[in-house]
Amino acid sequence: MKLTVWTYEGPPHVGAMRVATAMTDVHYVLHAPQGDTYADLLFTMIERRGKRPPVTYTTFQARDLGSDTAELFMEAARDAYARFKPAAMLVGASCTAELIQDDPGGLALTLNLPCPVLPLELPSYMRRENWGASETFYRLVRGLAGPHAPAPGEARAERRRGPPRCNILGGTALGFRHRDDIKEIKRLLARLGIEVVVSAPLDASTADITRMGEADFNVVLYPEIGEEAARWLEKNFGQPRTRTVPIGVGATRDFVREVAALAGVDPAPALDDEDLRQPWWARSVDSNYLTGKRVFVFGDATHAVAAARVAVEEMGFELVGLGAYNREFARTVRETAQRYGVEALISDDYLEVEAAIEAAAPELVLGTQMERHIAKRLGIGCAVISAPVHVEDFPARFAPQMGYEGANVLFDTWVHPLVMGLEEHLLGMFREDFEFNNEAGPSHLGAHKPSPAPVTASEPEPALAVQADDTAETEDAAAIWRDDALAELKKIPFFVRGKARRNAETFAAQSGAQVITLETLYDAKAHFGR
Amino acid sequence: MSACSAPAPSAALAPSGMRDIPVLRERGQREVFCGLTGIMWLHRKIQDAFFLIVGSRTCAHLMQSAAGVMIFAEPRFATAIIEERDLAGMADANEELDRVAAQVLARRPDIKTLFLVGSCPSEVIKMDLSRAAARLDAAHANVRVLAYSGSGIETTFTEGEDACLEALVPELPQDTSGETSLLVVGALADVVEDQFTRLFQALGIGPVRFLPARTSSDLPPVGPNTRYLLAQPFLGRTGAALDDRGAQRIAAPFPLGARGTEAWLRAAAEVWAIDDARFETVVAAPRARAERALAGHRAAFTGRSVFFFPDSQLEIPLARFLYEELGAQLIEVGTPYLHRGHLDRELARLPAGVQLSEGQHVDSQLDRCRAARPDLTVCGLGLANPLEAEGLSTKWAIELVFTPIHGFEQAGDLAELFTRPLRRRDLLRVG
Repeated sequence: MKLTVWTYEGPPHVGAMRVATAMTDVHYVLHAPQGDTYADLLFTMIERRGKRPPVTYTTFQARDLGSDTAELFMEAARDAYARFKPAAMLVGASCTAELIQDDPGGLALTLNLPCPVLPLELPSYMRRENWGASETFYRLVRGLAGPHAPAPGEARAERRRGPPRCNILGGTALGFRHRDDIKEIKRLLARLGIEVVVSAPLDASTADITRMGEADFNVVLYPEIGEEAARWLEKNFGQPRTRTVPIGVGATRDFVREVAALAGVDPAPALDDEDLRQPWWARSVDSNYLTGKRVFVFGDATHAVAAARVAVEEMGFELVGLGAYNREFARTVRETAQRYGVEALISDDYLEVEAAIEAAAPELVLGTQMERHIAKRLGIGCAVISAPVHVEDFPARFAPQMGYEGANVLFDTWVHPLVMGLEEHLLGMFREDFEFNNEAGPSHLGAHKPSPAPVTASEPEPALAVQADDTAETEDAAAIWRDDALAELKKIPFFVRGKARRNAETFAAQSGAQVITLETLYDAKAHFGR
Repeated sequence: MSACSAPAPSAALAPSGMRDIPVLRERGQREVFCGLTGIMWLHRKIQDAFFLIVGSRTCAHLMQSAAGVMIFAEPRFATAIIEERDLAGMADANEELDRVAAQVLARRPDIKTLFLVGSCPSEVIKMDLSRAAARLDAAHANVRVLAYSGSGIETTFTEGEDACLEALVPELPQDTSGETSLLVVGALADVVEDQFTRLFQALGIGPVRFLPARTSSDLPPVGPNTRYLLAQPFLGRTGAALDDRGAQRIAAPFPLGARGTEAWLRAAAEVWAIDDARFETVVAAPRARAERALAGHRAAFTGRSVFFFPDSQLEIPLARFLYEELGAQLIEVGTPYLHRGHLDRELARLPAGVQLSEGQHVDSQLDRCRAARPDLTVCGLGLANPLEAEGLSTKWAIELVFTPIHGFEQAGDLAELFTRPLRRRDLLRVG
């Protein structure tokens, strides 16, 4: 049993729902008790979809358990076909139905429905949402495209003449910016003269899936969801796949070269973009203040790894932490962490992530909606770079993370939570201004609190939600702070205070001092520089 | 104004069972929350309680998704997620639960009551949470440990609160004072609780206590001299448990809208034999305020047709409010469960020929709703946007559970929740 306050991923059947909902003509019959229908609102509310997800829940109750839940499932599957007439049906169980072992797959096959039926085995007590999405997509591709694969040992049919063709894999419903990423990447591929056969599962039909073998290669945008299917396609259709995820300027250029090589075309037309502004924005003098900002990066492995590279190479930040919640992709995170000299945090324990962020004392967190909670509590700026998503991660405007426009979006989004350059200087010079003081936060953000009065009791959670500053300044028993040093520490602007505190304590520990005085504080400043 | 604000005394209303309104009972897919969702408001209402769900990742995911928002603080609830090794018998589930409970209590030393909340998986694998609660209660001094079920196979949405309060009833101290006291049952917004306290005090009704109280260490005493008034319509099991303790229910409609609130207060006033003049003196001003607040909404809502999908069991009292006080036309009133006993005074006030439905077959119900094309559809979050996209105005039902709607001072706010979607629709000039 594992104590969980918040969870980064839903159960695997929610992953299956993301695939079913992404597609245009698939229906998912889920053996599940009442209440599991909550998952519908992820799509109708968070993503603002104007259609119910194509999911039928059998809705068994306690009194059904003694009788025939299997019959209930069969009836639901029959009715769902009659009502929705899907081109393919997915069947499976949620966590509770898994325990009663009715075998939805076997039951559905006995119904002889006039459409392909794909049974899903998604072990709820072992696996999670991304895995569930990946497995579902893989089952769909294997089940629908499989019959068109060349027999083992047989060569692929002669490639069709004309422009090179690819599939785009991995976009789903409820994906973090999938809608916009796919649009941006399609535009990029078009500039290289590459045609897209199928983009799936998002907006694909079952007929599209059957045609996936027609492409020359596969572009895997979201490995967490698309890689398993891509591997199968590679093996059975001889389609190579991309490895680079085009997030950031450098990664997008690498991606263009990789795709161009796979397609046998010249990468040059897509190595730059007249609308790419990020490089100049990062080089312009006003961005100097971004130099060496301490950032902590956490998310799904793909987005975290990409964000680490952008943070270091394209923003000039200092990476002080890197982690991911999906263990399945831990290896790439560990490799990247090693490259940037930090230790990788592979955990889906929200409390552990919170502790790691607090210990690293970053000035900016690039994370998920969970890290936004953490950063808010610690009084640190945060930009969201990865699922799990919230309603605000589905903006009305076009806001991809991938490609050149994605690079522009990253710059704007990451800089926004920070205290701007000149404001940072003024805060440093006039620390006790009643209106623009240390505690006020960036003045361009809504959370700016100019009142010098102590924080009022408007926070509805009274108990243990400790204020960041209290923890930071009283919790540590290792070093004793003299009052004058502590008072001086408080004069340091909030966005660098954590770092100053850590430096002073590290310096004290290294020099064997038991007590931190004003002198220690400034010695440490000189020692570590800024 | 006075003509429509003076209802017949409750004693003169049709007694229960007289109104035999036909009910369409359906089974099929239910688009409703499970009882775990009640933790959303219970963990804020009872400030020294912690709710530990013993369940799956689905339960944890539901909790953070259900309210449509994530709460920006460490909540007083969490999930002990059952893992493969617990099911395979590699780990003793009881030992694991004890370990997790200890972890929670160590992290939150301010917690005085720990609820172990059963879920679908914990019930299917037959984990005995009552025994676990007794064991943990003995092991942790100063913390009361109780268990209840919020599982979807047993409970629908607000029935989670019913189960939680039912678990609290045996813990209530015996009232040995010999004095007749009033117990108001059902979680209310703090502000509403304060308003009712003042009204009862002015009426001379008391002592008045609330279940749940704001702190779990402040449990109201109960006994044969306790008269209880239900503030919420979904408390069937809690009512039965209170009856077992000798308490007696005061039959009343629910305190929604000006008339509902007045009738609710009057039912208590009759038990305390408060004379009409005093009742009128106390109630006149807030009732007039409520009527004033409702007037504008009534003009906007009269004749509008409304369709309720089942959600919280608040549907019937709300439908009565919309019909009686805003002049709405009721097409169908769905409820997840119809407790005829507790709702007798509500049912008696519904118009003849109203279609009630209990349980759900969501696809059939959607067919009926689309065919009727109501002016306003009250439904859950999973259905609201899809219906809006089809051109139907909707009110998300969950907002009615998360907003202070009871009592005179909130009557206007309650009406506004229903008129806002229609007003917004008229306001927007984008296609």
